[in-house]
Amino acid sequence: MSELATPAPVDVHARQVRKFKLQDMLFHQVTLLFAFIVLAALAGILVSLAIEAMPALKQFGAAFLWSNVWNVPEERFGALSAIYGTVVTSVIALIIAVPVSFGIALFLTETCPVWLRRPLGTAIELLAGVPSIIYGIWGLFVFAPLFAEHVQPTLQAFFDGVPVIGGWFAGPPIGIGILTAGIVLSLMVIPFVASVMRDVFETVPPPLKESAYGVGCTTWEVVVNVVLPYTRVGVIGGIMLGLGRALGETMAVTFVIGNANRIVGSLFAPGTSIAATLANEFGEADPGLHISSLFALGLVLFIITFVVLAISRWLIQRGVAKQGK
Amino acid sequence: MKLYSRRILTNRIGIALSMIAMAFGLAALMWILWTLFSNGFAALSWDFFTQDTPAPGSEGGGLRNAIVGSLMIIGVTTLVSTPIGILAGIYLAEFGATSRFAATTRFVTDIMLSAPSIVVGLFVYALVVATLGGFSGWSGSLALSLIAIPVVVRTTENMLLLVPTALREAAFAVGAPRWQVSLKVTLRAVKAGVVTGVLLAIARITGETAPLLFTALNNQFFSTDMSQPMGNLPVVIYQFAMSPYDNWVSLAWGGALLIALLVLAINIIARVLFRKKSTA
Repeated sequence: MSELATPAPVDVHARQVRKFKLQDMLFHQVTLLFAFIVLAALAGILVSLAIEAMPALKQFGAAFLWSNVWNVPEERFGALSAIYGTVVTSVIALIIAVPVSFGIALFLTETCPVWLRRPLGTAIELLAGVPSIIYGIWGLFVFAPLFAEHVQPTLQAFFDGVPVIGGWFAGPPIGIGILTAGIVLSLMVIPFVASVMRDVFETVPPPLKESAYGVGCTTWEVVVNVVLPYTRVGVIGGIMLGLGRALGETMAVTFVIGNANRIVGSLFAPGTSIAATLANEFGEADPGLHISSLFALGLVLFIITFVVLAISRWLIQRGVAKQGK
Repeated sequence: MKLYSRRILTNRIGIALSMIAMAFGLAALMWILWTLFSNGFAALSWDFFTQDTPAPGSEGGGLRNAIVGSLMIIGVTTLVSTPIGILAGIYLAEFGATSRFAATTRFVTDIMLSAPSIVVGLFVYALVVATLGGFSGWSGSLALSLIAIPVVVRTTENMLLLVPTALREAAFAVGAPRWQVSLKVTLRAVKAGVVTGVLLAIARITGETAPLLFTALNNQFFSTDMSQPMGNLPVVIYQFAMSPYDNWVSLAWGGALLIALLVLAINIIARVLFRKKSTA
């Protein structure tokens, strides 16, 4: 910068300006290149998965999606049991996580003493950072045995003979299975969903809530009739974000789902999810149809989560954008 | 009066339920951390850090090779993803206000932030491991980079957007070219925020297991050769926890504790760093 202070001949200035212009263009192009690399990576994932999955998709066609066979020796593969496990565990996880997260967000934004808000909020955020493998081994060693010994027999006794629901809790109580995976998964996604819900609850303008309190509403009424309608879009976005996480989660599920490629009506039965199948079989898969089918599973998972996350992002942005209006 | 008391009752039940939810959430998470700490600390010893992973059936052993391998893989990942992430973030913040390309990139990085990490592992397997013939530490780092980069990109961009326009204009007014304004003025102004982003990215990849399963694989022996399969904590935890040997399971708990402590420490440092800067 020192040369700017002393007057310099004109051509030196012109040269300097040209140099700056060139450097600027270079800078623009270089940063553009790196942004492009990031974009190319995602496209690359999609393309490479599709290429690798091609042999399996050619062999089995679209029926791959709804065929319930996974027979390694006979090289016949279908994704249904893995998709079933992925969807059912994620749905169980959300059924538990959504009300609990809603309660946590409500507590943190409305009823919690102010001095406690920050530490509790931070604790929830820190817990969102705990690696998922830790939820997995906790589920395997601590939760599953307790669940098998105390909770599963109780559930069975309670729902014994009840049509439909009784079937969900049939079978030997061995601890690991679809239901256990769903519960462990729910504990993993609670911090995510609760953080997003708290953030969108905080976007509600105080005057709106104050006027509701002013006409005599109770806290519950304010939350249900003012906060929730105002933040509906963002809340659904947060739930979808949790769903996206749950669908693609590998480690929290693999340990406790039991890894059986079949569909059984009972939630106590071992099953599998797409991610768990990949983690278990990919390392030892033979080149050819088996590995190609696993890539096809990966492609299915990627597309499902892509759609869910895209919707979630769109909703959260709409929810936050409203704040400005 | 009846309506009034019913409303009060509904309110009480609602608030009580929310408190129960909070207590349930915290209790479950404390339970997980407590079992982790009690089982993990029991596994820690001098041998834990100085011996390599034991062979099946043999006594004792430690995680030295896995700890070193993890540190190397994470180190390389950080070195690769930091510049790429920051430069891409600068592009989005400085040049990407209106362009369609930038909007697409932003969308894609947001998706990548939560994309299933096991799929990233599959991708690197197809791209590198299958074509170059063999699992390696390098491919593990590549897979983790793909997870870390979006975190760095998004925090860098968000931080840069917080810089007041006046600061930029002041730099332009004294004749600074655009690249100097970006690198020497705005980026410097948000240094703490960008470092926070990098730290969060490191915290994110430290516990990632799925992308390493098909890339770095694992190595029972001590090795610092990144072109070979490499021992690393998450995969060792995964394999050992599933094993029938008691000493393996114990080592898995110890490794899990190590990872959790590291992640929590990085997260806390990142928070303190960012808060100090943003309140100053």
